[in-house]
Amino acid sequence: MTAPPAAAEQSREALHAPTGRSWRSLLQPLLIVVAGVGWMVYVNNSGLDSIAQRVLTPGYVTRKTWEHVELTAMSTLLVLVIALPLGVLLSRRWARPATPVVLAVANIGQSAPAIGVVVLLAVVWGIGFWTAVVALVAYGVLPALRNTMVGLQQVDPTLRDAGRGIGMSALTVLRRVELPLAAPVILAGVRTTLVLMVGTASIAAFINGGGLGELVTTGVTTQRTPVLLTGCFLIALLALLIDWLGGVAARLLAPKGL
Amino acid sequence: MSDTVTEPAVPADRDDSAGIELIGVSKRFPGQDTPAVDDVTLSIPGGRIVVLLGPSGSGKTTTMRLINRLIEPTAGKITVAGRDALGLDPGELRRRIGYVIQDAGLFPHMTVATNIGLVPQMLKWDKKRIAARVDELLELVDLPPAAFRDRYPRELSGGQQQRVGVARALAADPPVMLMDEPFGALDPITRELLQDSLLRLQEELGKTIVFVTHDIDEALKIGDRIAILDKGSRVAQYGTPQEILLNPADEYVARFIGGGQAMRLLKFGRVGDVALRAVPEAGPGDDAAHVRERIANGDTSFAIVLDAGRRPLRWITLDDLAGASGPIGERGSGTAPPIRARDTLQQALESLIQIDHEWVPVVGPRGVYQGTVTLGTLQQALRDMRARAAGETVAHEAGEAR
Repeated sequence: MTAPPAAAEQSREALHAPTGRSWRSLLQPLLIVVAGVGWMVYVNNSGLDSIAQRVLTPGYVTRKTWEHVELTAMSTLLVLVIALPLGVLLSRRWARPATPVVLAVANIGQSAPAIGVVVLLAVVWGIGFWTAVVALVAYGVLPALRNTMVGLQQVDPTLRDAGRGIGMSALTVLRRVELPLAAPVILAGVRTTLVLMVGTASIAAFINGGGLGELVTTGVTTQRTPVLLTGCFLIALLALLIDWLGGVAARLLAPKGL
Repeated sequence: MSDTVTEPAVPADRDDSAGIELIGVSKRFPGQDTPAVDDVTLSIPGGRIVVLLGPSGSGKTTTMRLINRLIEPTAGKITVAGRDALGLDPGELRRRIGYVIQDAGLFPHMTVATNIGLVPQMLKWDKKRIAARVDELLELVDLPPAAFRDRYPRELSGGQQQRVGVARALAADPPVMLMDEPFGALDPITRELLQDSLLRLQEELGKTIVFVTHDIDEALKIGDRIAILDKGSRVAQYGTPQEILLNPADEYVARFIGGGQAMRLLKFGRVGDVALRAVPEAGPGDDAAHVRERIANGDTSFAIVLDAGRRPLRWITLDDLAGASGPIGERGSGTAPPIRARDTLQQALESLIQIDHEWVPVVGPRGVYQGTVTLGTLQQALRDMRARAAGETVAHEAGEAR
């Protein structure tokens, strides 16, 4: 007798408080930070030689981590600035014919090996942060673009019709109906992009673009395994942390009621 | 078929300026040989429910969507409430026309209140006014505001969603509403309930409603007039449910409505449409002598006592009045529960058979007394309808022979 109302109550609660996961939602980032710091302490006390010691100072590692975050943030931002409006445009009925062309270009960007692209671009534009960002953007546009398009296409056409029917302009329908309803899929695309960018940003090290990739390359060239491992481990932890952030953002930004 | 119909008995409170006129309207979709809507002329009187009835592919939905310009006509002229629809900005036009679709079409990411408040919001009403209007509308469609206002559509049943859909369409009090198979996806019981609610609402609001359906029984129940559409939205017949039942214009209409006319007449004829019996009337403050005189002049042995709002109170007979003088006051005996004018003849028949009163008062909106009905009244009404139909058929055939 009490079961159905209780269930309904629960589902209502879930609808109204989609982020309410209590303190446990903070457990994951906490573990990640503890693992990172723990690793640094362990590695610094494991009898490093002078070369490794000079690379693995907290100051240097923090700086490289921050550079990595900057690379990721900047390239993700640019990907979104390109992919979101493009995805919206391509989902308009009059732009349908252009869709295959744009998707083909985005496909090339993703299927070309990122490491090749970054080296080629460095030959053309010179080395540095921005060249790395451009290569990352070329690599990352496709998932965000495709998710934006798919998200908008799967909006129930009768809702678009209802919006028009009650007197909304095409732009209002997009803003108030289509984008909110497509938001979960679009946000999933953004999250994919973020994770993709964290991992791929490591290649910036090849053209002096900074980031944790430098620990990896330094580790390889100086044959210092602890340095190499630290680079890999920190990149993995950063990817996990950013994925968690993406998940939180998706939960916060997705409209209620869906 | 040019139906420049003049409504013979439009009650005064109906707003005839809110009608819709379609004049020679056509729609041809690119790449199709035959037009979806072919030269349709239709006059929809203000304050009435007109049903567009036809099989799928007859162009009825297309015709409706031409009115709010979700589809642009390729030829013809459309006026809505006296204004040229094709000359207005489509958005502005649509905000003056309520729009209800199948499955309600509520936006799942907005609460019930936000959904209903969308049009007022577009019209830049202030927040307080919108909130008050939302509550008023929820009351109107029988959903308690406190319980429903903040819910999301997913938490509602299909019938509740469609009630919200109707409330949303009514939000800015548009004179005209378009309803595209609004109850088509509901189970039969819920559908009946919502149809009754719509009729009750319409009794109060008097909107001009264009209602699309393929269900003949729904059309007969809901419609003040029915336009039966054939391919290309050709108007095969345009008339009241009675006219269509009793006097189908052609083979197509006859086939479409099928058999069982007598039962359908009972089921869809409304009490308000039959000639009611007049009975002498009195008020509690009237003098007994006067009332006696009125009864003596009438052809019944009693009068009906009405309150100040003309709602029926009691019957009063000559026996009740014997020897009385001064105001009649509380004399007389209670009437049976009144029959409502919008009840069907079948419902009226059922009440008349079940209760042991021969005479039952009929009331209209707000319980106002309209007349009295007996079993004899209903019998006579059915006889009249048949006679009229037969007469019209003879006239029709004579006209064709000429």
